[in-house]
Amino acid sequence: MSEGLFSADSMFVSAVLVMAAATYAMRAGGYWVMGRVPLTPRVRRALESLPGAIIISTILPMALQGGLAMSAGIIVSGAVMALLKKDTLAVAAAVLAVAALRHFGV
Amino acid sequence: MQSSKTVTLTMAGCLRGASLCLPGLPGVIVFGMVFGTVAAQKGLTLLETALINSVVFAGASQFVAMEVYSDPVTWGVLIAMVGVTTAVNMRMLLIGASLRPWLGQVPAGLTYPSLFFLTDLNWLLALREYDKGERDWGLYLGSGVFLWFVWSLAMLPGYFFGSIVSDPKVWGLDVVMPAFFIALIMPLWKGRRQTMSWGIAGLVALVTWSLFGGYWSILTGGIAGALAGAYLDE
Repeated sequence: MSEGLFSADSMFVSAVLVMAAATYAMRAGGYWVMGRVPLTPRVRRALESLPGAIIISTILPMALQGGLAMSAGIIVSGAVMALLKKDTLAVAAAVLAVAALRHFGV
Repeated sequence: MQSSKTVTLTMAGCLRGASLCLPGLPGVIVFGMVFGTVAAQKGLTLLETALINSVVFAGASQFVAMEVYSDPVTWGVLIAMVGVTTAVNMRMLLIGASLRPWLGQVPAGLTYPSLFFLTDLNWLLALREYDKGERDWGLYLGSGVFLWFVWSLAMLPGYFFGSIVSDPKVWGLDVVMPAFFIALIMPLWKGRRQTMSWGIAGLVALVTWSLFGGYWSILTGGIAGALAGAYLDE
């Protein structure tokens, strides 16, 4: 560690710059590749399936790791969204549900 | 189809994009504060914390990088930090790819810089609005830049007053992001194709997760779901 709030270790800065470059390469890389692939209906369908597939794949492990309260909160959000179609309400209901469940020791 | 409409970029679109992030904001802020606390505990200076937080700008990967960080940063530590960051952020290849049909109509000199601001949240918001017929890509850019500012500032209270965010779980704040993500993809569900492709994605993700843990499941589940979506005919 270097001294003072506004100092920085040069190796640390190098690490950050390489991390940022690698991350940007992925932010831009998939986009760049798709510019070289013809957007056939099949490719378009694959791209359209990505958001749901990625989010489901992100959330299922989170739900399992987060225990019963977390899983319940995610289900509450989905249910409120399906019924009322308001994302703010869905998130608020999920937070309330999880806080309440944990308060009662779930 | 909808693709005949012209893509535009307006300030109003940017502001609307920023406002659409609001339901997820408690999650972003708490996550950013916790990062500030973790960085302070690891002994990073304020400048170092600000650099990694605002230049890498990819929450989950920053946390994993801090797990392999140790002082002093040797070449081995550097390689480990870059390696885990790359692994966690690989999903961005898929995320970026799915923006092509929309942003592909924007000049490359504008889109490539704007891809720095690509996160799960503004990507998903942008795609939901695109699906509704929105063609002002300020929606994507404005939400991304707004999230960058919020994320950059959120680490400050966590860095200086770690204890105020000691346990966001008690308040249920850890559910904000997954709850918001679920709410955002619900309107993208249209019928059998989504049921099938999302189901296959979930299955592959769970198998991957139980075998390898970590972040690989996002990649394998995402690819499996996309392939399923592509090859399931109407």
